Amino acid sequence: MKDFDAAGHVEHMADLLGLAIDPAWKEGVVANMAATARMAALVAAVPLDETVEPAMVFEP
Amino acid sequence: MTVAESLTRPGHAIAGDVNSGRLSARSVAEAALAAIEAGNARLGAFTDVTAERALAEAARVDARVAAGEKLPLAGVPYSVKNLFDVEGITTRAGSKINRDRPAAVRDATLIERMGAAGAVLVGAVNMGEYAYDFTGENAHDGASLNPHDPSRMSGGSSGGSGTSVAAGMAALSLGSDTNGSIRVPASFCGLYGLKPTFGRLSRARTFPFVHSLDHLGPLARSPRDLALVLDALQGPDADDSALIARPPVAAVANFARGVGDLRIAVAGGYFRAGAGPEALAAVAHVAKALGATREVEIPIAAAARAAAYLITTSESSALHLDRLRGRAGDFDPDTRDRFLSGAMVPAAWYLSAQRLRAAAKAAFASLFETVDVILAPATPFPALKSGTRTVEIGGATLPARPNIGIFTQPISFVGLPVVAVPVWLPGAALPIGVQVVAPAWREDIALRVAEVLHQSGATSAPVAQT
Repeated sequence: MKDFDAAGHVEHMADLLGLAIDPAWKEGVVANMAATARMAALVAAVPLDETVEPAMVFEP
Repeated sequence: MTVAESLTRPGHAIAGDVNSGRLSARSVAEAALAAIEAGNARLGAFTDVTAERALAEAARVDARVAAGEKLPLAGVPYSVKNLFDVEGITTRAGSKINRDRPAAVRDATLIERMGAAGAVLVGAVNMGEYAYDFTGENAHDGASLNPHDPSRMSGGSSGGSGTSVAAGMAALSLGSDTNGSIRVPASFCGLYGLKPTFGRLSRARTFPFVHSLDHLGPLARSPRDLALVLDALQGPDADDSALIARPPVAAVANFARGVGDLRIAVAGGYFRAGAGPEALAAVAHVAKALGATREVEIPIAAAARAAAYLITTSESSALHLDRLRGRAGDFDPDTRDRFLSGAMVPAAWYLSAQRLRAAAKAAFASLFETVDVILAPATPFPALKSGTRTVEIGGATLPARPNIGIFTQPISFVGLPVVAVPVWLPGAALPIGVQVVAPAWREDIALRVAEVLHQSGATSAPVAQT
């Protein structure tokens, strides 16, 4: 899989979500986005059976 | 013993004196308010001191005691993290933005229950902005500092809770713990801290951080205080839809049963790899005191921590999305960049983390078929110097702020009850905490272990002598 492009993702999503990111903050936001992508890769590396449900519970 | 000296004792001792008439709740409240007045400017614990309310509550306690009532927390002065609603005070949750809101019109459920048990609220305390923090630092209110060494962090995000109890300004504090925010300041400030089972205590009328992971609980200077508070705070509450209907656990009643029947093991693998020398020594010290020799592996721990990170950043950022759109410049710079990136997390990443939570729950449940208690470090190191930006963990240089909680996150992710116990290693100037982890809904087991450690002197939580 292609490496996650944190800077490109931040640029695209900020525009889409209407988030104005000051240029001085951008490096920090991108660094955090990259850290989050590394966490997602750690989670994705754990094989889970398709029957495993999300842990959220809703009781009507 | 003067009233001021009595403040250095645990809450249950203060309650004993008030119930027996040796001390009045009013005199204790006055002494606590004097201690806050004397020390708060230096340590940054309180953001709102509720002096008038404290004296009024104390007068009611004295009247109830005079009428013959025995109250479990009679006259015990306590603080609350400033994300709890306190009637008449704006709930700032560590932020600048939320102080534009009107004052709260009713106390949080847990504050109402503390009052019914005789405790006296002395104020609301400092916290990391919107609880996204492990340091106790805050750009708007200043840092809550470590009473054992004010050049160091209190730990967060319940930083003012740690500072106020370790400094003897309050005997107890109520904090919140999403990823470690009770256990981290307990470790850094040398206190006992209880993170109950997820869903055990009502979160009604507190400002949320991460709905899937938020817990509330006490910090104190004795395990008995934690047990008294847990007994006082449990129970159904129609105002909290996330509260899970379970029979209450009898914390104090089971307190003196010892640990002879318990199978206690130390967490290896992930929980050793990132631990500094003090953390490893503290776990070994507690294991030795309990005669625990077995080690267990928890292979899912690293992924569990990563999943907690994902859920935290996405849910909290979604909660703050409008504020991020309109007032990003008013956030604490240390939380702002994290919230902004959290708003951009793909749904598939978030849902994979929620599915991993179910798998991690199953993995821990399986482990608890062969052990009753797991010991793990609470933090990788003792309190850091204020302003520390990076730390060494397992040979890598990492940002300090998100990594202080690497050992607490996998446990709260699964919602397990934990008591953090404070260890003072021989010759050490600073304490460090160890997590005593019990099966879901068995806070009584973790509290029994903490009490044995406390009574043997293996762990202790003295008021700071600074």
